Amino acid sequence: MGKHVLVIEDEPNIIEAISFILSRDGWTVATHSNGHDAVDVVRDKSPDLVILDVMLPGKSGYDILTELREGEATRDLPVLMLTARGQSKDRDLAERIGASRFMTKPFSNAEVLEALRELVPQ
Amino acid sequence: MSRKQSPLFLERRSYRLRRLMDGARLMPFLGAALWAIPLLWTREGGAPVSTSRAMLYIFSVWFVLACLAAVLSIWLDGKAESERSNPQEGPR
Amino acid sequence: MGTLNILIAVCLGYVALLFLVAFMAERAALRGRAKWLRSPFVYTLSLSIYCTAWTFYGAVGFAARSGLEFLTIYIGPTLVMIGWWWGLRKLVRIGRTQRITSIADLISSRYGKSPLLAVFVTLIAVIGTTPYIALQLQSVTLSFASFSANADEAGQLGDHDATALWIAAGLALFTVLFGTRNLDANERHHGVVMAIALEAVVKLFALVAVGIFVVWGIGGGLSATLDRIDASAIGTWQVPDGRWAALTLLSAAAFLTLPRMFQVLVVENEDENHLRTASWAFPAYLMLMSLFVVPIAVVGLDLMPEGANPDQFVLTLPLSQGQEGLAMLSFLGGFSSATSMVIVAAIALSTMVSNHIVMPIWLRLAEGGAMISGDVRHVVLLARRLSIAGVLALGYLYYRFSGGGEALAAIGLISFAGVAQFLPALMGGIFWRGANRVGALAGLTVGFAIWAFTLFLPSFGPGVFLPETVFEAGLFGNSWLRPEALFGITGLDPLVHSVMWSMTLNTAVFILLSLLTFPQPLERLQGAQFVNVFQHTGNPQGWSGGVAQAEDLMVMAQRILGPVEAQSLFQRAATAQGLAGYLPDPTPEFLQMLEREMSGSVGAATAHAMVSQIMGRATVSVEDLLAVADETAQMMEHQSQLEAKSAELTRTARQLRAANDKLTQLSVQKDAFLSQISHELRTPMTSIRSFSEILRDAEELGQEQLTKYANIIHQEAIRLTRLLDDLLDLSVLENGQVNLNIQRGSLTALLDHATASTGVSGAGLRIHRRGLDLDVEMETDLDRLSQVFINLIANAKKYCDAPRPELTIRVAQRDNYLVVDFTDNGSGVPRDKQDLIFEKFARVSDQKAGGAGLGLAICREIMSRLGGAITYLPGQGGASFRVTLPMRMRQAAE
Repeated sequence: MGKHVLVIEDEPNIIEAISFILSRDGWTVATHSNGHDAVDVVRDKSPDLVILDVMLPGKSGYDILTELREGEATRDLPVLMLTARGQSKDRDLAERIGASRFMTKPFSNAEVLEALRELVPQ
Repeated sequence: MSRKQSPLFLERRSYRLRRLMDGARLMPFLGAALWAIPLLWTREGGAPVSTSRAMLYIFSVWFVLACLAAVLSIWLDGKAESERSNPQEGPR
Repeated sequence: MGTLNILIAVCLGYVALLFLVAFMAERAALRGRAKWLRSPFVYTLSLSIYCTAWTFYGAVGFAARSGLEFLTIYIGPTLVMIGWWWGLRKLVRIGRTQRITSIADLISSRYGKSPLLAVFVTLIAVIGTTPYIALQLQSVTLSFASFSANADEAGQLGDHDATALWIAAGLALFTVLFGTRNLDANERHHGVVMAIALEAVVKLFALVAVGIFVVWGIGGGLSATLDRIDASAIGTWQVPDGRWAALTLLSAAAFLTLPRMFQVLVVENEDENHLRTASWAFPAYLMLMSLFVVPIAVVGLDLMPEGANPDQFVLTLPLSQGQEGLAMLSFLGGFSSATSMVIVAAIALSTMVSNHIVMPIWLRLAEGGAMISGDVRHVVLLARRLSIAGVLALGYLYYRFSGGGEALAAIGLISFAGVAQFLPALMGGIFWRGANRVGALAGLTVGFAIWAFTLFLPSFGPGVFLPETVFEAGLFGNSWLRPEALFGITGLDPLVHSVMWSMTLNTAVFILLSLLTFPQPLERLQGAQFVNVFQHTGNPQGWSGGVAQAEDLMVMAQRILGPVEAQSLFQRAATAQGLAGYLPDPTPEFLQMLEREMSGSVGAATAHAMVSQIMGRATVSVEDLLAVADETAQMMEHQSQLEAKSAELTRTARQLRAANDKLTQLSVQKDAFLSQISHELRTPMTSIRSFSEILRDAEELGQEQLTKYANIIHQEAIRLTRLLDDLLDLSVLENGQVNLNIQRGSLTALLDHATASTGVSGAGLRIHRRGLDLDVEMETDLDRLSQVFINLIANAKKYCDAPRPELTIRVAQRDNYLVVDFTDNGSGVPRDKQDLIFEKFARVSDQKAGGAGLGLAICREIMSRLGGAITYLPGQGGASFRVTLPMRMRQAAE
């Protein structure tokens, strides 16, 4: 079994793509598609890494990340943030509240895999 | 250079204007004084002043005063407008 | 034989000309083409009403009796005019800033808007002017008589009284017609001013013509005439010193205080700068008027039979030489002098009488004062018209009962001495801040009483008003109270005696009581305003806020100023305060302005009283204000200027802030929009890129997966294309660059087409149509409208969450508007989202429906282009959109 990764994203096609890439690379992938209970799901599943979209229905990715960083168990959890709003202020905000990595869509599959490997050494 | 001269010029101009206003204020006193001279004519016991000479004098004064007033009014034309804001301008 | 008939015809023709000139001037002024009306020379000529019939006929008589003494009557005004920088300039400025309507108004206004003072001044003015009007009637009647005596047709003329009556009635008609046409002092009497300017030219021309005829036609040239003068009874300078000085002073004073002179000098003044021209032109006019007086008098004394009235020489001299044309001209000159004086005097007096006596009484009688219903303007106008008729009737009666026998000049000087009593209060009021109401009232009373006792009443002769014993032994037997020898000083000329005592005691009492008593707060404020008029143009603070009903003020102002005027005044004030609509806040500044505007119509004291009534209080607050700030009238004005400045700054700052907020908001919106677009573009792009990389790199994919992923790429590419189309469409619509293709078509066909295009017919969503008994023919851009319908039907298909989705399309026609409602049976749009759904990228629900969120924004733009609207209808049991549009779209130019 590979490391666990949780993908929090609301676009079905993107979920499908990421799941495919990661499974192929040996990760165990779980997905979740809304912001309301995303924090609970993370605590529940305690994955090795989270891929987090910013624009989520219910609660924004920033809020979710802030809550995760406040929680004892998830303080150091690696989080890769994805956003379709490619402005530099988004990146700054993400880094300030503690994102491990920040990537703008569209991304290259290879880049994502490389980033995950850096964040969670196999 | 031109900076220095400009206010100097204005100073002169407004000085002139002030004196013109003084002139305008003096006008009625000048008129009163000139027309008061006939009061002296009856004083002396000497030869009475004839009416034609009296008329000549009085109407000459009249003519001169009207001309002076006309000149003053032309000189004060518009210039006084720019000084309106100056509180010292009006009679106290 | 028909001389008299010709005279009457010429006279009537001349009057008709005056009517015409006045009428044309009014018309020109009304059309705003009155540039030539505002010439400084028209103003100068209008001042010539100073030269009445007394001047025209009487000056020659005066000269024949007392030599050059008559010149004092012109020298006084000349000194005032060339000294305009001191007094007249200030009077005119005060008159304009305070919107003064008469000399009574000015004095009352200066001394705390005192109604008592206004009434008193008005009464003195009426008493002083009535004999003068009688004098004019008399002179016209006499000149008629001279003509008829010459032509031996006295029998045809009828009696003098009838002539005088006709003249008085004609003048009353003219004055009412042109003097009470409009109410506001600001709208001056252009017609009247123009007519008297014409009359001024006529009388100067006539007198100069007679003079030239006398000097060169009869006298044998200039030097011969001068010799003749020196040889005559008035051949040497023999003017008593006292009279020379006193008469000059008196005429200077009267020039400023005669109600009619005040009217033309101050009230009718269009522009302060006109004074500058008049300062030399009017002295020149006076000089020309008096130039030929002595020659005419001397030649008249030589040629006319013993006992001929020298007052009529101007007329009888040409007649005796057989110069009937010249005599006619001379008659017209005298007629002009008389009529112009009477007209202006009647206007001036009627304004005073109606503003200060009739209106206050009417307001008091009418219960509830200013708040009673109805238009006050007609009352004011009626009061003025009645006052004019009354003033002329008084003049006529005086003429009838005085018998008209006296020398003309005597009445003129008596009248001068009467109105000259205003001088101390007037000059003190504009030059001395310490002058106060008690002083002014007392001074006026003393001066008036002395004038009446020593000059006016004795002028009727012993035994008429004053019994002979009073002349002999003094009032109540006190020898020091003899009318012509007050305090035992005898041997003085009666006129000099009266002027000396009345003016000296008037001034002394005025100054003394002003020094001893304490002024009202309002007086002190007004005093500072008047004396320092050149330093500030603000007004004293009469009102300090309060809860006045702006509406009540509006009702009152409408009645006094007229609805149009009042509404525009209020609206301007409201705009200046930054408010929309017609009702400004009753700030002190506004109330003050309103009061000033109204005082142009009804006088300062009445306007003040009316505003007080509505404000529901007296001027107590001013008193409080003053108690706090003792000697600070000036400081308060300074402060009010500062306040005005700071208010202005605040307003500017507010505007800037609003502009900034708007810009910030726009910038935020733009950022948000760009961010949204970025998101909407990148999301499909992400899937496309990711899956295309998968297809490229993963070789182990089965056929099924290949197809699936290729399909995803295809879908997302379509989604991208649609998004770009929508964006372009929206941008074109928003920029107004869209070209509408307007066609005629049927609504049913259009709905059919829209339903078919969305592909809903039969499957899933059921569509009902209501209210379409008859097909509707319309004229609009059918393609664009169909785009809106398709969007709405597609939305219903996408978002309607009912188990059995249904859409009802209801059509109705209202006037020329078509109303189409699209209502589904789903859960509808939540209340808090209803405002947002028409915004770009607004999404109501979390669920993904494939749209970019631009559809409704595009619909809204289209409908506004088509002259209609699309709105969300709440409370219809589901989502409901209403489309309204005009049946026939106008081919708008844009």
